[in-house]
Amino acid sequence: MKPDMSVEIAGLKLRNPVMTASGTFGYGEEFSQYVDLEKIGAFVTKGLSLKPRAGNPTPRIVETPGGMLNAIGLQNVGIDAFIQKKVPFLRSINTPAIANFFGYTPDEYAELAARLDAIPEVAALEVNISCPNVKQGGIVFGTDPGCAASVVKACRAATSKPLIVKLSPNVTDIVEMALACEGAGADALSVINTLTGMAIDLERRRPVLANITGGLSGPAIKPIALRMVWQVSKAVKLPVIGIGGIMSATDALEFILAGATAVQVGTASFVNPGAAQAIAEGMEQWLAEQGIADVRSLIGALEG
Amino acid sequence: MQFKAMILDNAEVSPGYWRMRMTAPSEMLAARPGQFVMVRVNPSLDPLIRRPFGVFDVGMHQPAYTGAAPQPYLEILYRVVGKGTGMLSALHETDLLDILGPLGSGFENGPAGEEKLIVGGGVGLAPLYLLVKELVRDSPVRLFAGGRTKADVLCITEFERLGVECYTATEDGSLGERGFVTKVLEQRLDATGNKGRIFACGPHGMLQAVAGIAAKRHAPCQVSLEGYMACGVGACLGCVCQGVGHSAETPDYRCVCSEGPVFDATELKWEVA
Repeated sequence: MKPDMSVEIAGLKLRNPVMTASGTFGYGEEFSQYVDLEKIGAFVTKGLSLKPRAGNPTPRIVETPGGMLNAIGLQNVGIDAFIQKKVPFLRSINTPAIANFFGYTPDEYAELAARLDAIPEVAALEVNISCPNVKQGGIVFGTDPGCAASVVKACRAATSKPLIVKLSPNVTDIVEMALACEGAGADALSVINTLTGMAIDLERRRPVLANITGGLSGPAIKPIALRMVWQVSKAVKLPVIGIGGIMSATDALEFILAGATAVQVGTASFVNPGAAQAIAEGMEQWLAEQGIADVRSLIGALEG
Repeated sequence: MQFKAMILDNAEVSPGYWRMRMTAPSEMLAARPGQFVMVRVNPSLDPLIRRPFGVFDVGMHQPAYTGAAPQPYLEILYRVVGKGTGMLSALHETDLLDILGPLGSGFENGPAGEEKLIVGGGVGLAPLYLLVKELVRDSPVRLFAGGRTKADVLCITEFERLGVECYTATEDGSLGERGFVTKVLEQRLDATGNKGRIFACGPHGMLQAVAGIAAKRHAPCQVSLEGYMACGVGACLGCVCQGVGHSAETPDYRCVCSEGPVFDATELKWEVA
């Protein structure tokens, strides 16, 4: 018996619950040699802005126990180059592409949402209000419920496509943020972005990263991500996309049990470029072994 | 390409420097000099990220058992700098590694017959061996190898065996000239009237000096860079370097992994010395 792995996020049908996380999978094409894109549920682009962005000076990444810190600074080609150079590839594949984007003001967010709404190859929008590595934009909207709601409202008015909001874990109460986004018209929530962290070079008495702080990702953050997915999915009616240190099918299934409808695989793609596909296949195999007919029966099915 | 490699040999060739030979699929034989591989040291979650290593050599080896057909191999030369390379140095024959590669761009060889000047600092010699193996087929090749002490000047015998004239320099004078190897390079350029094509790999300060010498003397020069990288395929954007046109207003970042690691020295922005 082949289990039904399909799930739905705000009307967006996915063949399985596994997506790739923004910033870890380029614009899709970079990994096409290693991943059969038609074996994953969806992929999310690198965060897009109205104008191209240079990003931060180097060093931008450093490994830490069980994880890595990054401070890329949202380097991206900008919306115009995305449309010219990256969208043609999206046309060639039969897997939904979700555009991640960010702005510096609610108006800018809305303008981007409108422009992405007009691209038929973009299946859904993921609003980044949670990047810890840029001073303006990003995180400031992600730590204040009122600001978050104003951004989500502006985007909601500009698009009829599924609108996913990616939440920051760097807050006192993530549930409060989730409720604010739900109230402002979000269709789904991605939980979580990276946790702000730091690494120090003792000999040089300096921070390792040029940006001083960076976002921690990888298996080190999985327990925190699981807890936040569990908290948020209990508090909102929206579907939740679980993100944070997923390295294996087991990890992904734990997020589904905690309440996630789908998951995103991030840092794992750096370690093993075929990780997203392997995780999707591993999940299906586990369901088949357990005699579970439908992956949706596991969503939030945590006992006790 | 991703493959499992079995270690054939892993030996310390100089204090802190190791040379590892492993099995490889035959596609690896097509690796261009200057390309690199991403090595996963073990399947656990710590260390998590792969480590990049230049391809030192590829070729065919004869397994020791009777009747065996020659098998392709891959070699890397590495310095133990942290946890990942420390664990790598503790591995033995028949241990398995997960390899991604060959990745990145290679060197452009340039015209046959032209003098080729190879400049390597410390473990920067690693990607230059395969290059020299190719270049000696049709060009006179001179190697300029530098390091802090003689322990940092690696595999000179192997280069000499290829028929290369080797010049060495160490900062403490324990091998060859005392001082920087770039001084020896300049002496050769003085003698030939700045003829020759330069290929360099090593610490950033050395590359910067070589790029400066090449620019001043109008000699073509390629450099191979290092960078902190997570993915090796152009996605994480961790390893970028500044292109020649870079400024805060006109960003020009290049990925060391996918647009390099080999760059023409004139394509990059160098700090003013």
